[in-house]
Amino acid sequence: MIEEKKAGVFVVADNIYSPIGKTTAENFINLKNNISGVKRHEPGTMSSQPFFVALIGDDDQIIPNIIHTKFERLLIASIDDAVKRAGIDTDKTVLIISTTKGNISLLETEKYTDALKKRIALTTSAGLIANHFGFKQKPIVVSNACISGVLAIITAMRLLRLGTYENAVIAGADVITKFILSGFQSFQALSPGICRPFDRSHDGLNLGEGAGTIILSTNKKYTGNLKLKGGSLSNDANHISGPSRTGEELAYVINRSIEDAGIVKDQTGFISAHGTGTVYNDEMEANAVRIAGVYKVPVNSLKGYYGHTLGAAGLIEAIVSIESLRQGLFIGTPGFEKAPESHPVNASAENRKTDAQNFLKTASGFGGCNAAVIIGK
Amino acid sequence: MEPGLIFRHTRLCGGRRDASRLYDPSIHFIDFILTENIYLSANCTISDGIVRKDEDILFKNEAPINDFLISAYQYFQLSYPKFYKMDNLSKLGWLTAELLLQNSFDKDDYEPEDIGIVLANANSSLDDDLKYCDTIADIASPSLFVYTLPNIVMGEISIRHRFKGEQALFVQEEFTPGFIYQQVSYLLDNDLLQACICGWVDVIGEAYKSVLFLVEKTKNENAVLFSAENMDKIFNTKAD
Repeated sequence: MIEEKKAGVFVVADNIYSPIGKTTAENFINLKNNISGVKRHEPGTMSSQPFFVALIGDDDQIIPNIIHTKFERLLIASIDDAVKRAGIDTDKTVLIISTTKGNISLLETEKYTDALKKRIALTTSAGLIANHFGFKQKPIVVSNACISGVLAIITAMRLLRLGTYENAVIAGADVITKFILSGFQSFQALSPGICRPFDRSHDGLNLGEGAGTIILSTNKKYTGNLKLKGGSLSNDANHISGPSRTGEELAYVINRSIEDAGIVKDQTGFISAHGTGTVYNDEMEANAVRIAGVYKVPVNSLKGYYGHTLGAAGLIEAIVSIESLRQGLFIGTPGFEKAPESHPVNASAENRKTDAQNFLKTASGFGGCNAAVIIGK
Repeated sequence: MEPGLIFRHTRLCGGRRDASRLYDPSIHFIDFILTENIYLSANCTISDGIVRKDEDILFKNEAPINDFLISAYQYFQLSYPKFYKMDNLSKLGWLTAELLLQNSFDKDDYEPEDIGIVLANANSSLDDDLKYCDTIADIASPSLFVYTLPNIVMGEISIRHRFKGEQALFVQEEFTPGFIYQQVSYLLDNDLLQACICGWVDVIGEAYKSVLFLVEKTKNENAVLFSAENMDKIFNTKAD
């Protein structure tokens, strides 16, 4: 029975809501034209030093109102666009929310009380959003650091394979506020400019805010759509904030995902990597793709365009890759010139034509977690 | 932020309570065709000043949480200096896992990537988020910031025991055994894992509860069948 379901978890619709576009199409046009959402911001309430972050800025659609916070409005705006394009039965649909910090900014503006504790809970946000769309099934919340988006996709895939639900709306978002920015500053993990993943002069990451939504279904009417074929997870068991020394645990996940997808390594057309732009991450990932035997496969990181969007990252980056499969165009890695001698990868600043049938999306996060999915034709 | 937001919430967020706490009503258990039996080899509960392993109360100390956790660590003569740097969520989860596995688990029976962790909680990392937030105004603390993610507790357990398999952390209003059962049995049925630690680890201020289960395919003499009912029964057993 699981074998039968493996045949078809279809990608039905998607949305990226970010500083460079409110729909996937808008985002992709800007990516093709090398337009980044990462900008320099002058010191202010969020930070006493200048900082490079991709922020959405003034936008009527995501201003908080009496019912919803900015974080929830952002998710609603993204889900709304995707749901409009899909023809799914909301009764058979599960909502899965992916986020690292949700409404944590409420701690900066509100007094902490029992009511705030309840309001700030991620399950409260998920419930409000499910109610807004009339999703009757109880929503699921994934909060697993930077792999949350990919983990949410894998969770949905497995629930659909089991037949528990027919459709899944997977939405992820994070809003960048002082809480998060100050934390990464305390780690000294931020680049003093726009991040340069995989380049030998990489010097840290940028943060970014945004939302991504993917709608999946096992309904056979979507036969012919792209499919979510496989996925896997692992832990480095090494350090809670630094990555694996070897990259073998991410390599394990890459191999397992390819196996789960029922394809072979050669059928991986390109890799949308995590690529934060820190030395630690980039080296670990370069090692992982080498150990997994896919180091010649074209690779990119989109974090120079979006910043690291935390709970949204896996989703936004997977959606761009889905669009790349559809349009036959693999987006470049802005700022990339040359990889370090010791850690070569097949990256490029330019967009590259591709006839890929499948792509691999990887993610890694604090706590030593790793995740990957394979999506393809 | 609209000041009315907080008060509106309490009316809107009554929510819909599931008819049965055990299961999400949409899960159809007849869809499961188990290829082999899976067992609950052991369980460990820490809450309200009490540490219980399987049927036995091992330790009691009605102290504030900070003191309680340290006193339990010292009582069991554990030797892991990193414990002192952890936030309370990680201390609680790490301690529960340590006692769960002690005398009940031989990790040499498995490869590291065959052992995983599936956890859920209600408050995410809010307990540490509050403490971190207090430091932002002056000098933001990286040692507090690192724990402002709920999955770090799984990282701490993994590092201690060298568990490299699949892991996931879900945030839920309350422990939902049907959901956990579904997630874990998928992993073991499909040979993605051979053993799994699963359950609930939640802390917020002085309120804390952790209940962890060791799930394996081999049956030891005290094992019961891995099921939502069995997890629910253990979860709701009064500590004393």
